Amino acid sequence: MADVKALRCRECGAEYEAGALYACEWCFGPLECVYDYGHIADRIDRAAIERGPASLWRYKALLPVSTVPGGALHTGFTPLFRARRLGAELGLRELYVKDDTRNPTNSFKDRVTSVALAKAVELGFGTIACASTGNLANAVAGHAASAGLQSFVFVPASIEQAKITATGIFGGTVVAVDGNYDDVNRLCAEVAGTHPWAFVNVNLRPYYSEGSKSLAFETVEQLGWRAPDHCIVPVGSGSLLTKIKKGLDELHKVWLLEEQPQTRISGAQAAGCAPVAHAWEQGWDIVKPVRPETIAKSIAIGDPADGVYAIDVVNETGGAFASVTDDEIVEGIKMLARTEGVFAETAGGVTVATLAKLVADGVVRSDECVVAYITGHGLKTLDAVQGEIETVKTTPRLEDFTAALEAHGIDPRAEAAGRAPVMPFASAASRFAENGD
Amino acid sequence: MATVRIPTPLRSLCAGEAEVEIPGATVEEVLKNLEGAHPGFAERLYDDGGKLRRFVNVYVGEEDIRFGEGLDTAVAEKDVVSIVPAVAGG
Repeated sequence: MADVKALRCRECGAEYEAGALYACEWCFGPLECVYDYGHIADRIDRAAIERGPASLWRYKALLPVSTVPGGALHTGFTPLFRARRLGAELGLRELYVKDDTRNPTNSFKDRVTSVALAKAVELGFGTIACASTGNLANAVAGHAASAGLQSFVFVPASIEQAKITATGIFGGTVVAVDGNYDDVNRLCAEVAGTHPWAFVNVNLRPYYSEGSKSLAFETVEQLGWRAPDHCIVPVGSGSLLTKIKKGLDELHKVWLLEEQPQTRISGAQAAGCAPVAHAWEQGWDIVKPVRPETIAKSIAIGDPADGVYAIDVVNETGGAFASVTDDEIVEGIKMLARTEGVFAETAGGVTVATLAKLVADGVVRSDECVVAYITGHGLKTLDAVQGEIETVKTTPRLEDFTAALEAHGIDPRAEAAGRAPVMPFASAASRFAENGD
Repeated sequence: MATVRIPTPLRSLCAGEAEVEIPGATVEEVLKNLEGAHPGFAERLYDDGGKLRRFVNVYVGEEDIRFGEGLDTAVAEKDVVSIVPAVAGG
């Protein structure tokens, strides 16, 4: 078990015993886990991690839980792959995509939920709950089913039907609230005070949010124990971005990385809900809430809890924020899908489109080792891109098919040549060269 | 008089009351008069620089004052001013 010594207020530094507590009783600031890094460092090394399970639990020593519940769900250690085609299109020499669509419920929220659920069991809760924009709802309901717990998930009634269906199927109670995420959140804070439930992102939030650090741990290990130069992270509450920074720093604190990582961290927001990007541009030390209006519903948080800390991280690391329109988000989804075969939800479109913007602005440099975090699967937000897809309609007759292609201006021979895969051909060519052919 | 709704962690400052009646034409005046009537609120609500703490939200009716004029937001007779710890989420 990680040595959680206490919970500490990020604002005033007050310390509390590590229980189901999330806000400072003095100043209401958020509480964060405090570890004994010296003790952890003595018991952890790269080889032991590499021998561990192919899930986020290979980093259990750096996560705030003592027992990992059983169950079939396998969270984390998702692929990090070199995105050569996308990189070429964006003008980046070394771009990687961390594909967190490949989690049990198809978003990075499986990470935070796995940690929170383990903690909930440890603390003796029988019901887990959450306020969610959809992805967390999927994860909480799914993991609760896997562990045999009850679940209550609260979502804005306006989220994608796919996310409501993919939550309800697990059998917990789905509460659709007439209001936006911030309204849901406020309701949940009151419910958490009256029902003895483990609200993963309310009373268990100090533990829950630590699950996001595993994205940083995996990235570094998968790069061959090397910290990237630049991370592009979608920003809803701002928690993921701050925890990626915390994860990178911890790897040095426990000597898994000899050097302090110099990784720049940049935040991606949707223009229709960009309170953090806006505050950063204005140089404010508070984030003024907004009323969200964007297709990127999973990150449509108008009053982001960790917004101010995300700004601190971006400033401290020399990153930037940018925001992108709904049209740019759709283009981002299509570009990633077309170049890499990864179908991201709208938040992934935000990440890709923001990356493109930051490259164009000269913030992300072409020689940097860049990691883009793709945090949710496109099948969850089909509505966003449904209108973009054109099919070639034909009868089952060959001549009609040929005519239909012509009508769409598609030359099958040109298509075959134009879409030739870059890498296999390139490696085939080099093989031929080696053979002197 | 406005009605000020007090969150649980601060109720010990006003004899356990969930709501107190406080005069004032703006949020700032109401909070100042709250401190006058029940000393101890100011140091919990404001940081050392005299600004409202980042994780304290204040609503007039259902409206977050950050959507309005901040501490200068007008408070009418019978308005309900709620002090709400910023919730977590995300």
